[in-house]
Amino acid sequence: MSALPTNYLTPSGREEAWRFTPLKRLNGLHDPATVVADRISIALSGAVRPGFTIATVKAADLPAKSSTDDAIIQRVRATASEVTHLQIAQEAVVAEPIVLTRTLGSSSEFSRTVITAGAHSKATVIVENSGQATIGEEIELRLEAGSNLTFITLQEWSENTVHLGRHHAIVGRDATFNSITVTIGGSLVRLLPTVEYSDQGGSAELLGLYFATDGQHLEHRVHVDHGIPNAKSRVTYKGVLAGDQARTVWIGDVFIRGNAEGTDTYELNKNLLLTDGARADSVPNLEIETGEIVGAGHASTTGRFDDEQLFYLMSRGIPMADARRLVIRGFFTEIINKIGSEAIEERLMSRIDSQLEKVGA
Amino acid sequence: MSQLVIKDLKVGVETESGMTEILRGVDLTINSGEVHAIMGPNGSGKSTLAYSIAGHPKYTILGGSVTLDGVDVLEMSVDERAKAGLFLAMQYPVEVPGVSVANFLRTAATALRGEAPKVRTWVGEVKEAMTKLSMDPSFSERSVNEGFSGGEKKRHEILQMELLKPKIAVLDETDSGLDVDALRIVSEGVNRVKAEQNLGIMLITHYTRILRYIKPDFVHVFAGGKIVEEGGPELAERLEEKGYAEYVKA
Repeated sequence: MSALPTNYLTPSGREEAWRFTPLKRLNGLHDPATVVADRISIALSGAVRPGFTIATVKAADLPAKSSTDDAIIQRVRATASEVTHLQIAQEAVVAEPIVLTRTLGSSSEFSRTVITAGAHSKATVIVENSGQATIGEEIELRLEAGSNLTFITLQEWSENTVHLGRHHAIVGRDATFNSITVTIGGSLVRLLPTVEYSDQGGSAELLGLYFATDGQHLEHRVHVDHGIPNAKSRVTYKGVLAGDQARTVWIGDVFIRGNAEGTDTYELNKNLLLTDGARADSVPNLEIETGEIVGAGHASTTGRFDDEQLFYLMSRGIPMADARRLVIRGFFTEIINKIGSEAIEERLMSRIDSQLEKVGA
Repeated sequence: MSQLVIKDLKVGVETESGMTEILRGVDLTINSGEVHAIMGPNGSGKSTLAYSIAGHPKYTILGGSVTLDGVDVLEMSVDERAKAGLFLAMQYPVEVPGVSVANFLRTAATALRGEAPKVRTWVGEVKEAMTKLSMDPSFSERSVNEGFSGGEKKRHEILQMELLKPKIAVLDETDSGLDVDALRIVSEGVNRVKAEQNLGIMLITHYTRILRYIKPDFVHVFAGGKIVEEGGPELAERLEEKGYAEYVKA
């Protein structure tokens, strides 16, 4: 039940991939000497419906299809003896979202999940992460030809949670991957939303929003690997920070390999700082090995809250707190609207509101 | 009947070299139904007057008073001033990305009226006001002022004035950047609100052009941070001919 001792490199904090992360706050997840439980932590909320199945299978029967150099994800793979497999049937159209929740143990834990979107299927999967945890986890999303998968993860963790995760999509021929990553809870969250293409014509949209207050460290390291011709990617992440020691890191690595002609990619990161004492790092990286592409670009902005917007709204009678909420809501609108659920939108905004109130911003 | 009374108003801004006084003692009284044109050269402090009345945090009140129906305006927060019945149509309306015009108008109306307006009557009210200002219904769905043309921004300001029903409105260079058609539509809107709601208006402008559409009852020449001459509409005609040269020298 415990992690095997391994020879994987333990991050020291000096590596490029780890230089932003406060390792001493990982509760030892990165340290091979720490015992981490092998637990299946994900479960279907509600009943199984036509169009998909969910099962627990032996890890040996469902090895990862992608490679990773992330030391913690390598530990997750070495530890997890079983894997949760959500399979959306070929050509199935699952109307209502498939909701997965976490059932957490009392100790640190590692788990693996594979989601397969069968050829020409269409579905939305929502992973709701809440509660108190120290967790390392990997979700591999396999999009078969012509499938359309919307994948939403909501990090609404309790305040002491440590969450390290990799959510990797393998986008097949003419498949469409839409993802929305929302991170507003947890003490330390470090996610790797990554994409690769297994055939031509694939399209991936990676949207994210994060909101950090006092002492939270929220890190998103996006990686899109264009190793196949004629694929498309769009990345848009937006963050708001408020309060002392609120910290966010956004890395956007897009790699266009020499053979990936016809690639079309754009990535954007915007951060809004509400108070002093918060820090947002934003590092877009675009590496291009071929000029035969449709387009490639990136942009990153980090700015203070615009007092002129507040003044404008208040001059129409809107009280300060409401005006501020309106501006933040507006900032997140293009992302949050795409979740397509008013109930979730309201839940996220009210959590943001109460966190804002707590820091008095 | 409402009355805005400005007495010996002195206002400064913080600059690198310390506090700089911009308004040097402004006296002005505006009653419901009156149109007061404030005319003056660039840099004379006209916009500072507008923003000071609205409560922009950039400006520091150094002396004097502003009251609306006897109540101290300068003690109020920005939103309280709007609730008291003041409205500022801005020269450069601010973009608020992701906030739709519909949501913005409804939030403002809710704040000012103390309760959310009834959905059915409100939608009709907005639609009617937009039609009068020749605004396409799709406007409601757009983000506040984002990507608006100059004319659209000004029409949107007057739309708000029409819906929020202030007692006294300050129009800060509402005519700037408008072509003749847009100027006519905006002016008709102002005249309509004035007629319907007996609005008192402070019309700040650099040019006399808008005064052909919105007839002033009083004209005040503004230079060096205060009113230097006052008169009726005939004063505007004189400014049209001679410009501000004599005031700038003085």
